[in-house]
Amino acid sequence: MNLHSLAVLADPNVQLLFLRGTLTTLELFFASAIAAYALGALLVVIRMSGWLPSAAVGAFVEYHRNVPSIVQIFVWYFGVPQILPQSWHTYANAHLSAFFFAVVALSLNAAAYISEDLRSGIRAVPTGQMEAARALGMSYLKAMRWVVVSQAVRGAAPALVNQALGLLKTTSLALAIGVKELMYVARQLDGETYATFPSYLTPTLIYLACTLTLMAIGSRVQQSTRFTR
Amino acid sequence: MIEFINVSKWYGSHRVLHDVNGRVERGEVVVICGPSGSGKSTLIRTVNRLESINNGQIIVGETDVNDRKKSVNRLRSGIGFVFQQFNLFPHLSAKDNVALAPITVRGLKKGEAYDRALELLDKVGLKSKADAFPGQLSGGQQQRVAIARALAMNPPVMLFDEPTSALDPEMVGEVLQVMKQLASDGMTMICVTHEMGFARDVANRVWFIADGEVLESTTPSEFFATPRHPRAQKFVADIRAH
Ligand SMILES: Nc1ncnc2c1ncn2[C@@H]1O[C@H](COP(=O)(O)OP(=O)(O)OP(=O)(O)O)[C@@H](O)[C@H]1O
Ligand SMILES: [Mg+2]
Repeated sequence: MNLHSLAVLADPNVQLLFLRGTLTTLELFFASAIAAYALGALLVVIRMSGWLPSAAVGAFVEYHRNVPSIVQIFVWYFGVPQILPQSWHTYANAHLSAFFFAVVALSLNAAAYISEDLRSGIRAVPTGQMEAARALGMSYLKAMRWVVVSQAVRGAAPALVNQALGLLKTTSLALAIGVKELMYVARQLDGETYATFPSYLTPTLIYLACTLTLMAIGSRVQQSTRFTR
Repeated sequence: MIEFINVSKWYGSHRVLHDVNGRVERGEVVVICGPSGSGKSTLIRTVNRLESINNGQIIVGETDVNDRKKSVNRLRSGIGFVFQQFNLFPHLSAKDNVALAPITVRGLKKGEAYDRALELLDKVGLKSKADAFPGQLSGGQQQRVAIARALAMNPPVMLFDEPTSALDPEMVGEVLQVMKQLASDGMTMICVTHEMGFARDVANRVWFIADGEVLESTTPSEFFATPRHPRAQKFVADIRAH
């Protein structure tokens, strides 16, 4: 086996390139994750409260589940600015980066899945729980907060961790709109050096390290909040 | 203390409560019994407005239960309710189950709430299980925690909807024991139950209900010795046969 191409990884410039790419990937991930969990929770509230017709939230969820993520990213980056009024369009061109649109697309996508996970988590809590809380004199919101949601989140935790893992992996699609994340720099390196194997081995290992860390954090959190039914 | 005045309720065209009238005085224990589907649960759940009514009036203390201007949360916090299926909060330990409502509804300080929770768990014989989760407790233990949880709001009234029906026979006694203790402490109680021993020993009155109508309201000894209504006679005979 010819391993001498691995030598490129010893080059400090290459290391710096991967470091920058990794940081951008992590920025994409954290920005999208925070927005996605917040929006996912908000969607559940909107759906349960009836502020918007349930069909509207349903359509939002179905769009994001049934259209490939890469299409969603392109729609936001190429499509949406074009349908904005001219002045907004100019503003968007000048001030909003590909990174911004990637975060928008990724977080909306993940929010759709997260809201479904939270909703089924809530539905899995027996109605007797809400009833018992209300019978003690708790208001609807207090009963939701202390009894229903706190059980629903525990129940939905594995699915919610999965969404984080999926989101981390999906950030790699941002390379298609020129965000200089991990896969972008890997392709760049491959193009410049033809050291193809190390160019893709490195992101593989970095993604693995990140997902394994996420899984470890996830199972830690689940253990500390576990209860016996 | 509790008064039902011409209470009626329909589910669609199906009338589940039929002009129910009755009074429960302070410190009294009333046992409600009757065949399955007769409306016992529906009736007891109207008292804290877990079920609405279509007609009539229910008074608890001074409060008209269905007065929309009164806070339903305040009403309920003064009425303890014990469910057939316990409905303990599985994600909370026994003492957290008991302390949750005093902390979140009454705004009690945590220290105070937990002191009181331990006191109540002691009262139902479960002080040693204060840190156990519901899933680690037997059915009888869970129901006793549920009673402690209801008592934590210091309600002047306690309602029980078949509190022992979901229990294995050997655990029925420990729950009834706690209920008897409550009764002898002077608690005002309405209990839906088929435990006729409990009715005989503890109840001041028995209400027999069938098809949403209270057909008989009498003392336990009269109810068991000389039930008047044919349906009550059949009901008592069926219980004897067991
Ligand atoms: N949500 C509902 N919608 C329609 N009918 C209902 C509903 N809840 C109860 N009922 C009907 O009302 C009647 C009274 O029910 P309820 O649960 O009060 O009876 P019960 O005496 O408590 O019976 P059990 O001994 O089986 O607990 C029954 O005929 C039942 O089918
Ligand atoms: Mg019932």
